[in-house]
Amino acid sequence: MSNHPLIDVRNLKQYFTVKADMITKLQLKAVDDVSFTINQGETLGLVGESGCGKTTVGRALLRLYKPTAGEVYFDGNLITDDNIDHYRKDMQVVFQDPYSSLNPRMTMADIVGEPLDIHGLYKTKAERKEKIAELVQLVGLNSDHARRYAHEFSGGQRQRIGIARALAVNPRFIVCDEPVSALDVSIQAQIINTFEELQEKLGIAYLFIAHDLLVVQHMSSRIAVMYLGKIVEVGPADEIIFHPVHPYTQSLISAIPLPDPKAARERRRIILQGDVPSPLNMPAGCPFRSRCRYATEECAQVCPSLEDMGAGHQVACYHPQG
Amino acid sequence: MSETTTLLQVNDLHTSFFTNSGEVKAINGISFSLDRGKILGIVGESGSGKSVTAYSLLRILTDPGRVTAGQVLFNGEDILTYSTQKMHSFRGSRISMIFQDPMTSLNPVYTIGNQLREAIRIHTDRTREQVHARALEMLTLVGVNEPEKRLKQYPHELSGGMRQRVMIAMALACEPDILIADEPTTALDVTIQAQILELMQELQHKLGMAIIMITHDLGVIADICDEIIVMYAGRVCERGTADEIFYNPCHEYTKGLIRSIPTFGSTHEKLTPIAGNPVDLLKLPSGCAFASRCDRAMKICLSDPPEEIRVNENHIAACWVNVKNVYDEAKEGQDQ
Amino acid sequence: MSNYSADMIPKKRLLSLQLDVSKFEPASDAEKEQHETMRESTTFFRDGMRKLFRNPLAVISLIVLLLIIVTIVFAPMIVPYKYSEMITINGTRDRSAKNLPPFTYSQMEQEAIDNGATIFPHIFGTDELSRDYFIRVVYGARVSLSVGFFASLIVLIIGLLFGSIAGYMGGKVDLVMMRIVDVIYSLPDTLMVILLSVVLDQVLGQSLQGTVLAALGTNMISLFVVFGLLYWVGMARLVRGQILSIKTNEYVLAARALGAKPGRIIRKHILPNCMSVIIISTALQIPSAIFTESFLSFIGLGVQAPMPSLGSLANASRQALQAYPYKLFFPALGICLIVLSFNLLGDGLRDAFDPKLRR
Repeated sequence: MSNHPLIDVRNLKQYFTVKADMITKLQLKAVDDVSFTINQGETLGLVGESGCGKTTVGRALLRLYKPTAGEVYFDGNLITDDNIDHYRKDMQVVFQDPYSSLNPRMTMADIVGEPLDIHGLYKTKAERKEKIAELVQLVGLNSDHARRYAHEFSGGQRQRIGIARALAVNPRFIVCDEPVSALDVSIQAQIINTFEELQEKLGIAYLFIAHDLLVVQHMSSRIAVMYLGKIVEVGPADEIIFHPVHPYTQSLISAIPLPDPKAARERRRIILQGDVPSPLNMPAGCPFRSRCRYATEECAQVCPSLEDMGAGHQVACYHPQG
Repeated sequence: MSETTTLLQVNDLHTSFFTNSGEVKAINGISFSLDRGKILGIVGESGSGKSVTAYSLLRILTDPGRVTAGQVLFNGEDILTYSTQKMHSFRGSRISMIFQDPMTSLNPVYTIGNQLREAIRIHTDRTREQVHARALEMLTLVGVNEPEKRLKQYPHELSGGMRQRVMIAMALACEPDILIADEPTTALDVTIQAQILELMQELQHKLGMAIIMITHDLGVIADICDEIIVMYAGRVCERGTADEIFYNPCHEYTKGLIRSIPTFGSTHEKLTPIAGNPVDLLKLPSGCAFASRCDRAMKICLSDPPEEIRVNENHIAACWVNVKNVYDEAKEGQDQ
Repeated sequence: MSNYSADMIPKKRLLSLQLDVSKFEPASDAEKEQHETMRESTTFFRDGMRKLFRNPLAVISLIVLLLIIVTIVFAPMIVPYKYSEMITINGTRDRSAKNLPPFTYSQMEQEAIDNGATIFPHIFGTDELSRDYFIRVVYGARVSLSVGFFASLIVLIIGLLFGSIAGYMGGKVDLVMMRIVDVIYSLPDTLMVILLSVVLDQVLGQSLQGTVLAALGTNMISLFVVFGLLYWVGMARLVRGQILSIKTNEYVLAARALGAKPGRIIRKHILPNCMSVIIISTALQIPSAIFTESFLSFIGLGVQAPMPSLGSLANASRQALQAYPYKLFFPALGICLIVLSFNLLGDGLRDAFDPKLRR
């Protein structure tokens, strides 16, 4: 029936003004002209280094910030300030920090029940309690602990509470903002599996934001790579992992620390020189050219736009490799 | 023969934090040795006691924490018996340390040069010119470009990766025998992390010091370590060479840990996580701390703490499953 | 092929171990669950109270404060003297009962006792107008404590309202409101307190006549007004800072993503989380108010005679300090105990409840 994607982000821009000193104000282009789509029940992984604007994309998409420019369509409908409240039930978010994302003065039942209260999703107290118990069990927690406060749970359990809160409104799309980065390795896999099981069961689409490529490539059907506020490469997960084309993606993938000593010894890393330039002082043209070994005159002139390489693989580079 | 190359020997070290809510046994009897010129990795989750181990070695534990038992032998001398005075000159010159957050471990009100020169001056008596030359030399060594200019800059003017390089330069300024690195790349981005790891390996080759690398990231450990210690709830699960730990893990926790990380290119396989939640250090159970999360837990695991058992020349593990295997095989042999 | 061999177990272990084969049976899930101990459930409040009661200084302060409060509530019911009343024996003024040392009787009283009357002892002695000094100190403490308490309440109400509006609105509103705070903050407060209480004394004196408030005395009212006008700025800054930092927490963002309205966010998420800090700082505000009151009374701007306060008592004792040093000692001790206890209790509360110091 619907031939349009569930989430359609077009030319999203999010600029912040930063005071450099008393008088000068600088514009920080956190997200600069980003477009992507996410289909029903699909996971788009969004990777990039800290400060590349991946978290801002998620928040601007949900209108937690007021976007500077650009449109977001949900299921074909343009989201505006006026109708966003209506779409809050369809689009939810799970945050990175399992400690600051739960109110320490509320019990698990209150936290999970809050969305039900806000949207009036129950008729009787008994129904509320039942729904909370259902949600809590859905994410693999013990509903006997409903009266406990958030700080009594471990990091992984707290993240599950956050997921249950997001699920309470029956969303069709969840922004997962680094949901496993703050967790221990042995707990990460539990949460990743929970996300995957929920997707199978409920058909939810995810925007999975993370800096850990191993986790992202495991979770996602497609991956978008961001660098300094721009998407530099996007495509099917296997394509991005095994045949990266953009020099940045290539070095990113070669830098993944592999839990495999032999592979690590044999591998040739592409070590990038230098640091990420300050987003306040971005080089003209391609943002990556200051660290790119293939950079030419052309790269300094105009920023390359995403070009199709076939099979949904797009790259923004004048000198695609491989 | 092997005795002579042993630089650091830790025997049955116990460290506890005496908090309002009771004694937290952060380290519960760990032993290991470090050979000259090796990179030893200590891997574990938060609360496994890996950082506390490092703090105990350097005797920089903060207040409610105390080493309650054990020995730390450096070249055969127990540094836990050193006087405070002696410890001051020991730290930095023989063992030095770098920390996770390069932002907070540099003092923001002094220039890089100030802090670096200070680190050099504390342990050596050189002239001003020599100290300055040494500072430049160290910055060049750790791959900081334009070292003259950097010396005059303040920490906030440098990027995270640059700051970590400066920290390494400070730590290595007095040519220590051991460098302890506590999650040195955790706060950094992947591409910068690769730079720092490469640098540490390179410096290790050049200067020949031993490194103790503390991290939660199995990838980082696999990348650069010769030997690995896996810790859980303040105990050593197993220790051995990198290949042994990754390709022949002999503790159920290590096995679970390796299974639970996604492998490169495994887009559609399901992960096998370790069930359950991290153990509460305030209420350490008797027996093996991992038992309640272990698929193969036996009755003995719940009652008796597992002893360290030598699996082979390069590998020691503390897991009852190994004992059971030996027992089963012995029985099989008898039956035949 | 096998990785295992018998010699990998140290010999002495094998002997001492006395392996029990039955122990190699797999453990059941129930057994494992029993093995895993979950910490008992505690609420934020219960946990904080437990920490508070483990702090000996805080507990001692609490006991001292309770003793003082019990004394000032019940002592006037037991002691048969009034704070403004000169001692009388059988209806005649006892002029010999001036400046008695503690636990002594005057000539007239002694005679009455000899005649079989029972006379309540003067625990702290008497003052130069033959008034029982103990009851005067008790009333002084009453006045000081209530000034401290109500002044802090006024400060709390104004500061909380002002600070939360500035903090939540942000932007230009915040800017203007905080500049007002800065201006008030920059006034020399001791000077302002003195000036205001002099001015208010006259203004209020006329307007209050005939009202209920007149009974309190104009000085007392002007004290409250002075506190209300000057000392709320610290509280307003604190509240604003708290709200600004709590606003950035991800749980507030999560509530916004769920579509919660601003009112709900303030009520459910922001206020409960800054309450503990506000209560603690109110507890610490009380001693500073008591101190200021004592100071004002000491320089003669405090409560009106014959109503005593600890500060005015100390002032009165000044004139005969050499002869009767205990008259300074008792009110001074009272001020010290109250202020010290509140400070230590406030510190204890902060250690136990401040979220920033937890974990």
